[in-house]
Amino acid sequence: MSHAEIMTGNQAAAWGAKLSKVQVISAYPITPSTPITETISQWVERGEFKTEYIRVESEHSVMTVCVSASTVGARTFTATCSHGLLYMHEQLHWAAGSRLPIVMACVNRAVGAPWSIFNDQQDSIAQRDTGWIQIYCRDNQEILDSIIQAYRIAEQVYCPVMVCFDGFILSHTMMPVEIPDAEAVCRFLPPYQPHTILKPETPRNINPVIFPWQRRDAEGVLRDGYMDMRWKLQHALEGSRAAIVETGRAYAEAFGRDHGGMLWTYRTEDAEVLIAGMGSLATEATTAADILRDEGIRAGVVGVRVYRPFPREEIREAFKNAPAICVFEKNISYGYEGALSADIKAALYGAGIRTPIHNFIAGLGGRDVKARELAEAVRSSLSAIAAGTSERQTWLNCVTE
Amino acid sequence: MPEKLFKIHKEEYMLPGNRTCSGCGLALAYRYVLKALRENTILTLPASCLTVLHGLYPTTSVAIPCLNCTFASTAASASGLVAGLAAMNRSDITVVAIAGDGGTFDIGIQALSGAAERNTDFIFVCYDNEGYMNTGTQRSSATPAGALTTTTPFLTKQQNKKDMMKIMEGHDLPYLATTSPSFPIDLYEKFVKAKRIKGSRYLQIATPCPPGWVFPPKDTVKIGRLAVETGIVVLYEIEDGKFRFTGRSKTLAEKGNRVPVINFVEKQGRFKKMSMEQLGQLQRSVDQKWNEFLRRAEA
Ligand SMILES: Cc1ncc(C[n+]2csc(CCOP(=O)(O)OP(=O)(O)O)c2C)c(N)n1
Ligand code: SF4
Ligand SMILES: [Mg+2]
Repeated sequence: MSHAEIMTGNQAAAWGAKLSKVQVISAYPITPSTPITETISQWVERGEFKTEYIRVESEHSVMTVCVSASTVGARTFTATCSHGLLYMHEQLHWAAGSRLPIVMACVNRAVGAPWSIFNDQQDSIAQRDTGWIQIYCRDNQEILDSIIQAYRIAEQVYCPVMVCFDGFILSHTMMPVEIPDAEAVCRFLPPYQPHTILKPETPRNINPVIFPWQRRDAEGVLRDGYMDMRWKLQHALEGSRAAIVETGRAYAEAFGRDHGGMLWTYRTEDAEVLIAGMGSLATEATTAADILRDEGIRAGVVGVRVYRPFPREEIREAFKNAPAICVFEKNISYGYEGALSADIKAALYGAGIRTPIHNFIAGLGGRDVKARELAEAVRSSLSAIAAGTSERQTWLNCVTE
Repeated sequence: MPEKLFKIHKEEYMLPGNRTCSGCGLALAYRYVLKALRENTILTLPASCLTVLHGLYPTTSVAIPCLNCTFASTAASASGLVAGLAAMNRSDITVVAIAGDGGTFDIGIQALSGAAERNTDFIFVCYDNEGYMNTGTQRSSATPAGALTTTTPFLTKQQNKKDMMKIMEGHDLPYLATTSPSFPIDLYEKFVKAKRIKGSRYLQIATPCPPGWVFPPKDTVKIGRLAVETGIVVLYEIEDGKFRFTGRSKTLAEKGNRVPVINFVEKQGRFKKMSMEQLGQLQRSVDQKWNEFLRRAEA
């Protein structure tokens, strides 16, 4: 039977892994994701969670263990963030290139130098181009549910999935969370049945050196070259949208909770300004929209839940009638702008939409962002847009001279 | 000795035709390694000359399943295979990680030390050709002092070779051994033995490399033999902490007839700029280590 408990985001992530009956877990401590692995350690040592738990000596090895274990057919999980995630970078590419359905919880944290243990999303955004699906969660319930969903998505499309949530803001905050019935989760997520596994009965050489062009195998069949394989990964990621949306729907049917497929919207109908964001910042934006609406400004929120694959069509649909857009995000692509803002602009360009977009970089390294500050920022943007400023980058609550 | 050859498994797992250079010491050794390991083995290996030996997608010259991994991750990759196979209830498979000296002494040492400390149930093999050969002979921490490489092109490498066996011994392993392709029976027997033991096992193969060491490909076996005759490479095994000379080194230890290191050095172009001081230093360090081994063997 399902039941509710008060728990942190980290505990919700651990529950997600447990309910998904993960077979191999590997992890390395880093704040604020450590409690996920500590929670799992306790379950494993108490005999409440039967899984191979490998406590390795670095995050590079963490992701390596996930890759190899997955190659021989095991369902694998890990959790990390920030420098841990960056240290895995090479292996993130290797995991996606190997087309393995690994799922990881990424507890978003800033990246040094200098050291900061506090929240922003620079860590996972910096891994944007590794070939992983990225889901950004808004609350602890969504974390638990998304991890279960992530396995179902990953194992359909053979792409790894990163379930991201904001460090401390969610990872260390208690909220009531419904823990679904284990049997029901099993029905929703049957055991992993890979199409290929490495085993002595069918010797093969996985991920050897490959040439630019196609080559014939021993039977004379022409096989992919490097670039053909890369296209397949791109194609799989683009195609994963359908699996993500279907999984969200099926989950809602089975468990009664719908967190949105690729994105979610809040009070967007008739909006004169739309606020876009990801994770807890987007949640904060819903309060800002309420404040603005109370003042007579018709504001709404578009929360990007899945950042890769990017919800191109959904973004176009959501923004097509908005006269103004404000994108708030906790990352910066140095030398340009926030990654989300750049991507939204690119998506709208393809549909011929030329709405003014203001980009706000906010909350880096854990700097507080309050709903009323977001509302104030939107107000100032609206006047600037009215005065003809169609493009602007603002660092919120930041000394900029 | 020849009759012992008949004990060697007939099956070939290294198929005819691979991409190593002619006279490659690794290729010689690998054939016997695989014969000893046989079926029910999964290999994992990083970027190295061995990747090249295994062939270009979609063909391979090795009939044992293999997972390629990134340069630093070999032992962690083995850990993942062991964990995954345990989760799949496949306890009958031996996991073997095999890397070059760069992938072992240098970039792979962290993952190796971690896996060994966890006593992961696997065999780690380092084939030591004393340099980054796949990338064209750069120095590694396994390159001996006095050798020319493309990153020590005029002055030669100034530092001594790292003693990796000692480092691995510090991990309390159930089995460690050194081998050479010039002594295939000794090599074969050690791998057969290693396969039967549980826990982390570490084997090092001293593999001569004609282009990297600059000697004619026809001399590989001779150079490998000279390495042992001079005591630069010592054949031994350490089982549950107990040291034992093996094969030719055992005979040398009993008869006391090692030859001077110059006999090994003078045959290789890589040592052509070696100073007399470096040569003397090499002889002294070989003698000192040899005496250490003699003491251990007596104990
Ligand atoms: C992280 C990383 N750095 C560098 C390389 C380039 N690289 C590939 S093989 C190699 C040398 C391998 O040397 P070793 O392990 O001794 O094996 P050998 O080639 O000598 O057989 C290097 C430096 C790489 N593949 N990955
Ligand atoms: S460079 Fe040396 S180790 Fe590499 S394939 Fe050639 S001979 Fe073998
Ligand atoms: Mg080498």
